[in-house]
Amino acid sequence: MVRSEKRGVRIMPLRVMDLDKEEYVLPGNPSCPGCPASLGLRMLGKVLGPKTVLVIPASCSSIIQGVYPKSSIKLPLLNIAFAAAASTAAGIAAGFEAQGKSDINVVVWAGDGGTVDIGVQAISGAAERGDNIIYVCYDNEAYMNTGIQRSGATPFGAWTTTTWTGKKRWKKDMPSIVVAHKVPYVATASIGYIMDFAEKLRKASKYKGFKYIHLLAPCPVGWRFPPNKTIHIGRLAVRTGLWPLYEVEQGVFKLSPICMPLLKKENRIPVIEYLKLQGRFKHLREEDVRRIQEEVDELWDNIRRKLEDARC
Amino acid sequence: MSTIKILTGNYAVAWGVKLSRVKVIAAYPITPQTTIVEKIAEFVENGEMDAKYLMVESEHSAMAATIGASATGVRAFTATSSQGLLYMHEMVWWASAARLPIVMAVVMRALAPPWSIWNEHTDLMDQRDTGWLITLAENNQEVLDSIIMSYRISEHEDVLLPSIVGLDAFILSHTLEPVEIPGQDLIDEFLPPRPPKPFTLNPENPITHGGIVTPEYYMEFRYLIEKGMENARRLIVEVAKEYKNITGRWHGDLVDEYKCSDAKILIIVAGATAGTCKEAVDVLREKGFNVGVLRLRYIRPFPSSIVRERVSSVKSVVIIDRSYSFGGGGIIGADVASSIYGSNGGPLIHDYIAGLGGRDIGVREVERIVEETVRAMESGEKGIKTLWFDLKREVLE
Ligand SMILES: Cc1ncc(C[n+]2csc(CCOP(=O)(O)OP(=O)(O)O)c2C)c(N)n1
Ligand code: SF4
Ligand SMILES: [Mg+2]
Repeated sequence: MVRSEKRGVRIMPLRVMDLDKEEYVLPGNPSCPGCPASLGLRMLGKVLGPKTVLVIPASCSSIIQGVYPKSSIKLPLLNIAFAAAASTAAGIAAGFEAQGKSDINVVVWAGDGGTVDIGVQAISGAAERGDNIIYVCYDNEAYMNTGIQRSGATPFGAWTTTTWTGKKRWKKDMPSIVVAHKVPYVATASIGYIMDFAEKLRKASKYKGFKYIHLLAPCPVGWRFPPNKTIHIGRLAVRTGLWPLYEVEQGVFKLSPICMPLLKKENRIPVIEYLKLQGRFKHLREEDVRRIQEEVDELWDNIRRKLEDARC
Repeated sequence: MSTIKILTGNYAVAWGVKLSRVKVIAAYPITPQTTIVEKIAEFVENGEMDAKYLMVESEHSAMAATIGASATGVRAFTATSSQGLLYMHEMVWWASAARLPIVMAVVMRALAPPWSIWNEHTDLMDQRDTGWLITLAENNQEVLDSIIMSYRISEHEDVLLPSIVGLDAFILSHTLEPVEIPGQDLIDEFLPPRPPKPFTLNPENPITHGGIVTPEYYMEFRYLIEKGMENARRLIVEVAKEYKNITGRWHGDLVDEYKCSDAKILIIVAGATAGTCKEAVDVLREKGFNVGVLRLRYIRPFPSSIVRERVSSVKSVVIIDRSYSFGGGGIIGADVASSIYGSNGGPLIHDYIAGLGGRDIGVREVERIVEETVRAMESGEKGIKTLWFDLKREVLE
């Protein structure tokens, strides 16, 4: 039921029963309890199906796939160096194209470090060239594989093993950086709203060119919360307004339906409700929390203005 | 039908790539490699080559994209030089350890600082431990022919390792020479499309490539690369012969010899300087010096046994090393010296490759290593020998 419009692809909403019954991330894999990365990857397989090739740079996902001679991933998978995921995927897409194989999704599954820091050059190159790949950054807001060091995606105030008193700088706005490349599809998502992520993945797969999804992935180990709270934290991140869900389809900004009510400040849960559940923020002073709240309010003012501009 | 064109070394590379029907090229410009990528871009744009050309944003990405393309089973190519090659270094290792039969042209240029765009071989020599087959050309004809032969050798199932074709900055890259371009039909027969197997990314057969390997198996993966290198020695010879049969051209195999049979003095050299050495030999012979040239056509695999044989029949050896290892001396010099070790006595050397990928080396292991070496010594073994310690034979079979 795909109907192409001048701007954007309209599709019937995705239902759980539409998902592939097959498991592409096998149970018993070595991810931590409550791991958002294995959850997201599992969903990715169920949406994109068997005609998908994964490219994974150094990250927790290098571990989640298990140890040779076993593998927990039932899709063809190429492990690659930390900085090289986007360009490797570009090469794979070109290789398939040269063979006339046009029905294979080439997908990067990379952490925030591999994306917003060391991988940014390769991503920028692939985005600017319009290489035909889907790039998913699962953002657990630190270098988890190497023991929770800060990354460019670590938020203000967060403790990591290299920011013992809390990070002093703000989180890098990677989705906007990708948008600046004028690619056909950019979206944000959260593990807390997994069907929204699924929908966006499916939409990304309908476009040709460089597609980017930035998936917030609350990590119990690195963020210091109990493993049964991954989804809850993922939802709070959205409902406090800290992590707005949106799409930029062919340059047009669209707030995701879940986030519409958040345009009104009274509908947003105060950020403290999100921060206080995570050990990484436990040292925050009142004024830090106030700064974060102000930052969020300003972010939403900007979103409202963006939507108003688009309307007139 | 073959034709003769006047080509620079760089254009000879581009023609070699075109004749090899490469399907994906990914490259980034650097002096003096630039005219390779320019010419290939022209071939692709005007439809003379049916290929995808990824104009990547760096050499790291150039090799990464080449790796990605090659992993899907197509023939892939890149070219670089100097700083670009060093920037790419992480991925150079990745390509060989992933067993991908990529071919790369390296226009050999000095490293900075101070900035220099001129010729030497240190950039290429810096890759000598990476598991790539490395050949250096003497002239532009050999450049073209080596690109084509390299795909044949690299893609062979007994090898499955990538190849570098080195050409000297400016001396070859920008110097015009007559080059015979073989007919496409001839090359199509010599170099059919890349065999589809093994290790390709294929949704019908979802394999995980390059995941984590514990100390239990890592060393065997490395040993298999060494075996590929060893097999390449045979294939380099076979392929050179076969190429001669179809084109009539012979550039040598692992080595190329000039007036070596009666030589008392041997010049050992690699790359374009060999041509100059050959000229010099003619002059020197007139002066009464019995000189010959042993050109190392390949430096990986290193032609150790040929070097040992040739060196043992002369009185002195001159090595012209266009590269160096600070604190270690000339690079070819060291390889030549270790090849001939033992031909004039000296203690038995057992060079054990052990402990790769975290495999334990304990006191028991050291005891066994020493005992084994003593036994070999007592049984009269001499010279130097490389031994892979404690491989799991059952895994390798
Ligand atoms: C060139 C290079 N530098 C450093 C590393 C070490 N390293 C491996 S994974 C990693 C962090 C990964 O962080 P991220 O991308 O956020 O993924 P996560 O582990 O959080 O899933 C680092 C620094 C490496 N593998 N390669
Ligand atoms: S550290 Fe976090 S992201 Fe990494 S495997 Fe554990 S739960 Fe998953
Ligand atoms: Mg991370």
